[in-house]
Amino acid sequence: MSTATLNAPTEQAQATDASVTQPHQANDAALRFITCGSVDDGKSTLIGRLLVDTRAVLQDQFAGITKSGETDLALLTDGLSAEREQGITIDVAYRYFSTEQRKFIIGDAPGHEQYTRNMVTAASSADAALVLVDATKLDWKNPQLELLPQTRRHSLLVNLLRVPSLIFAVNKLDAVEDPALAFAHIRNQLAAFAQAAGITVRATVPVSALKGINVVDATPGWAGYEGPSLLQLLHTLPATPADRELPLAFPVQWVEKFSSSADTTQGRRVFWGRVAAGAASVGQQVTLLPSNQTATIAQVLDHVREPGDVEAGNSAGIVLDREVDVSRGDWIVASVENTQPVADDDFDDAPASQPAWKGQRELQATVAWMDDEPLVPGRVYLAQHGHRWIKAKVRRVVHRLNINTLAEEDAEKLEANAIGHIELLLQEAAPVAPFTEARVLGSMILVDTASHKTAGAVLIRS
Amino acid sequence: MNARTEPALLSQLSNRHLDALEEETIFILREVAAAFERPALLFSGGKDSLVMLRCAEKAFGAGRLPYPLLMIDTGHNFAEVTEFRDFRAKELGAELIVRSVEDSMARGTVRLAHPGESRNVHQSVTLLEAIEEFRFDALIGGARRDEEKARAKERIFSHRDSFGQWQPKAQRPELWTLFNTRLAPGEHFRVFPISNWTELDVWQYIDREKIALPSIYYTHKREVVERKGLLVPVTELTPPKDGEEVVTRDVRFRTVGDITCTCPVESTAATAGDIVIETLAAEVSERGATRMDDKTSEASMEKRKKDGYF
Repeated sequence: MSTATLNAPTEQAQATDASVTQPHQANDAALRFITCGSVDDGKSTLIGRLLVDTRAVLQDQFAGITKSGETDLALLTDGLSAEREQGITIDVAYRYFSTEQRKFIIGDAPGHEQYTRNMVTAASSADAALVLVDATKLDWKNPQLELLPQTRRHSLLVNLLRVPSLIFAVNKLDAVEDPALAFAHIRNQLAAFAQAAGITVRATVPVSALKGINVVDATPGWAGYEGPSLLQLLHTLPATPADRELPLAFPVQWVEKFSSSADTTQGRRVFWGRVAAGAASVGQQVTLLPSNQTATIAQVLDHVREPGDVEAGNSAGIVLDREVDVSRGDWIVASVENTQPVADDDFDDAPASQPAWKGQRELQATVAWMDDEPLVPGRVYLAQHGHRWIKAKVRRVVHRLNINTLAEEDAEKLEANAIGHIELLLQEAAPVAPFTEARVLGSMILVDTASHKTAGAVLIRS
Repeated sequence: MNARTEPALLSQLSNRHLDALEEETIFILREVAAAFERPALLFSGGKDSLVMLRCAEKAFGAGRLPYPLLMIDTGHNFAEVTEFRDFRAKELGAELIVRSVEDSMARGTVRLAHPGESRNVHQSVTLLEAIEEFRFDALIGGARRDEEKARAKERIFSHRDSFGQWQPKAQRPELWTLFNTRLAPGEHFRVFPISNWTELDVWQYIDREKIALPSIYYTHKREVVERKGLLVPVTELTPPKDGEEVVTRDVRFRTVGDITCTCPVESTAATAGDIVIETLAAEVSERGATRMDDKTSEASMEKRKKDGYF
């Protein structure tokens, strides 16, 4: 995919006050991170520890987790009665805390395989993931120690979803006889697994959530570790990058019509949405998909200003220079000069430009299946891509990923919580791209036509 | 370690993160306008709904709100809030629909166990009746995940069955910003555009945007009695009990709801900026300090939400 030079910010825009042209600096937003890993690895306790030690827990909330003098940090996040009854986390709890340096939003994801869909929900909007590993559950004296399946599954999902940072937090090291040896062995095994799976790990940190060791303040030398504490690491993590370097892609969320005669541009329509890739600026040539009409951007509106240009991640309104048929679900994409030599006999029909993102009906994808009803080839689902709903037929399951061996196995269908590779046929062409290149264009959900449940998270491969 | 312990840091408190929150809220408000046929925005005149309304003004432009405002009136409201609600709706040129618990009582669909009972919980019945009457398919609310543990679990687009029930164990996965808004007949969605805002964010935003609020959010003198660690306002509906001493205090409301279950906190904060500082220093949560009805059981909010409460 080529990078369109016409999207580069103009000199004028760069010279303007940054607070006006770039109101959404990544480091000004909260860092959204999730905690995941296997059941009882101490996720809820770790969050409780972070909240208590950064003084984000208030007196009445603290009283609610203390029964007969014993404080159970996990109760801060397990908010459903069924969770307290069973002592497990069923759904994501979102918690908020801040330090001098940064605001944080935590998604406390459930560890049970049965609730993987909720973990995927939390991961899809996260800037970072802490995968907790319980040192007491592993045979760390064995050089060939086996990681737990959920450690593998969650790491793979975090990686698939392109969460920018993955941190392994090796927990409960206070409860093993030789923390340094245990941490060294577990860290080696995690590194070997990550390398085999192609997962980039930002850090591996030893912690004791229960005792608060190396969570907020660093504890140099503990478990043979000299690096930053978990919170110190969290302060340094990047937010999710927007796909700004790509050609413009703008999914039309809502079409607003103005009919007021007081409006100088009577009959004008504004196409509202959030820039999915690249940037939109006045004067830019664009193509409307799926109709393939072309137009020029006449006006770019922010919600309070008329900034002239907006980039990936910003919500905006686009006004075009001519009347074209555009409705919710359509895409406004950059046009690029057609550089292909045109055959003489086609000359009269040749377009002057072509869309930077072309429509596609057949695609290869990785899918994380979340519904109890298995994914079956031949079945038609509803796919949501941007703001468009398209019928999608699963042509075949190419393979299913074995979480433990990372082997690609033959499969007829995908059961709940499976990760697999599928071929999809869309009823209409959509401007898709590999998820590794463009997040919004490369992602869709599959919805069951009968139950309306969100059944699959689709990450487009090609 | 954090701002809570270091008041000197307040002057440096960044509010740039509010842009990202505002952006998310506007995106959701527009999504509701586009994806549903008959949405409504629940509007009480309280601070959270006024913050939502400011975001809606930015999303749609002044005077062009694409959905009506809906108020479920318990009949036990603070007059300052009701008056402000009406004033703000008129100022915006918005359609305001009011449905009242009193009417449900007259119809016999709501029966109180005793006359002094809080009507807060009964709002669910009136709300579901309004949903049926207007065939609303999406109701936008100002609930925040930091308010309460059950709310911390809820999706931004929260699916409700034909009985208006929330099913916490069967929530739809919510991936990226692909909101699955598919409905079967009789079902609806509750949508929470300010899910990710905290009480502090709300006050910082009110301060930054100079949003006008009902006067009782700021310090005023009020007759109260001290009861179980709360300051209970003395009103016709909440008279002092035998032996309780009525005192006058400088107070403000952190949250505003049904008179019979909402308490003020002691405060001399006269501006949103003052309240930002107080919120940073607060040792008790918004609900813990102010709500009588949440204390009954750990799961009371979850239970009410399952019954169709907002």
